[in-house]
Amino acid sequence: MNLLAYGHVFYGILLRELMKFIHQRSRFFSALVRPLVWLAVFAAGFRAALGISIIDPYQTYITYEVYITPGLIAMVLLFNAMQSSLSMVYDREMGSMRVLLMSPMPRSYLLLCKLMASAIVSLPQAYAFLLIARLFGVKPPLEGFFWLAPALLISALLLGALGLFISSFIRQLENFAGIMNFVIFPMFFMSSALYPLWKMQEAGEWLYRLCVFNPFTYCVELIRYSLYGQFNSEALLIVLTSLILFIFLSILCFNPQRGH
Amino acid sequence: MSTILKNTSQSETGKSSGSTPPLLQVIDLGFSYGAKQALKNINFELITGRFHALLGPNGAGKTTLFALISRLFNLQEGDILLDGCSLRKAPAQVLSNVGMVFQQSTLDLDLSVAENLHYHASLHGIGEARRRQRIAIELARVEMENYQHTRVRTLNGGHRRRIEIARALLHQPRLLLLDEATVGLDTRARTEINKHVRKLCMNQEVGVLWATHLIEEIDPNDPVTLLHKGQVLANANSLEICQRSGHANLVEAFESLTRPQQVKT
Repeated sequence: MNLLAYGHVFYGILLRELMKFIHQRSRFFSALVRPLVWLAVFAAGFRAALGISIIDPYQTYITYEVYITPGLIAMVLLFNAMQSSLSMVYDREMGSMRVLLMSPMPRSYLLLCKLMASAIVSLPQAYAFLLIARLFGVKPPLEGFFWLAPALLISALLLGALGLFISSFIRQLENFAGIMNFVIFPMFFMSSALYPLWKMQEAGEWLYRLCVFNPFTYCVELIRYSLYGQFNSEALLIVLTSLILFIFLSILCFNPQRGH
Repeated sequence: MSTILKNTSQSETGKSSGSTPPLLQVIDLGFSYGAKQALKNINFELITGRFHALLGPNGAGKTTLFALISRLFNLQEGDILLDGCSLRKAPAQVLSNVGMVFQQSTLDLDLSVAENLHYHASLHGIGEARRRQRIAIELARVEMENYQHTRVRTLNGGHRRRIEIARALLHQPRLLLLDEATVGLDTRARTEINKHVRKLCMNQEVGVLWATHLIEEIDPNDPVTLLHKGQVLANANSLEICQRSGHANLVEAFESLTRPQQVKT
């Protein structure tokens, strides 16, 4: 197989993910509605109760809606990643995973293509949410839209790899929802998505420690900084390291026999 | 009885006749799901251009055998050679020459026929122009050329099977595996698909391994590998299996050979 053939394989997998996304319009709307409800209802209520002081990367006092938006963008990525993992379990149960695995390409390459395709599909969802967030007064600089793309892609890949890793341990589709409750919500709540880490530290040292060890925190911070045209090297380093670790683990643990 | 059948009939199923090298060789294959042995010491060969039946009741190990040939499961014991090329040593080379129709439909119901076929072809590294050409050829062969843009969900079972056969042939494999491909279809659709696959053997020089538990799908001169409880009970054509087991037809021979008390464990 030459390099061009590898390109065709990636193109095919990406096209399928895009087609499925286009055919499942409800998936797009639910991906938008979820964070918008948080922005419109949750953030509006908390605005009065929670003051945010001047913290990086913001230059001035900000509203709670502005603070929460990067976390909600990361939430879009997180749900998309878990949805993609869910579809991997579904494909495995329904048999369509076999079509993918019968490709003569190395299995690790096929899984990487699947991860990348799923990450790319999550980008328009994140941008669509960001555009609607402007109606709520969230107006990051225009160059932020440009710098956001690589941060979104890396974060989406990490969350996708994490989802793939988790799906390796799930025998049946029914088990997935339960496990997701123990992954999505703790990951989201125990991060800097809703409150800055110093607030978490005030609430409790153990909670702060959990947030610091949560890779989702660094996805949120990477997105937050890039959205304002700034670079957070610590977040990037941790996200990249976690990405490599979870890609390695997900490929290592991937077992198409599971469920048989 | 089963041992006699197996040993005396291997020459007729294409075992190294010299002039015709086998397309597929399954050698000492064994596989276990944990402590449960699903396949034990499986040996048989398949020649190019032949319709070879893999006959066995439900749970015989046919699907596991197919999962091993198609590398969905990793080999545990033994090896599988395609055109002399080892699945253990060169899986990519073997897989690029294998097409498969699964027991359960694996088409994406939300996508159109063409989208499904494009996806499969691209997984085999086929470029756009060639992909279009191959899709047109294979859809015409199964008389489904007018269904390119039809959503798979709206097709009936027979049409879906035809699409799956077309899909399995897109990358022009040398070996076509069909795992109970006619399950759930009416008699007419079953006969049509069986005839179509036989034509492929003759015209396209494709070797076909047809897994089934339906004896009426097997012709008297077809090479048959009879699988039961993970072991090969017979390797011969159906006429010979009948003669050697002393039965008038394959139905009786099959029932007699797979009856619980006659199985050696």
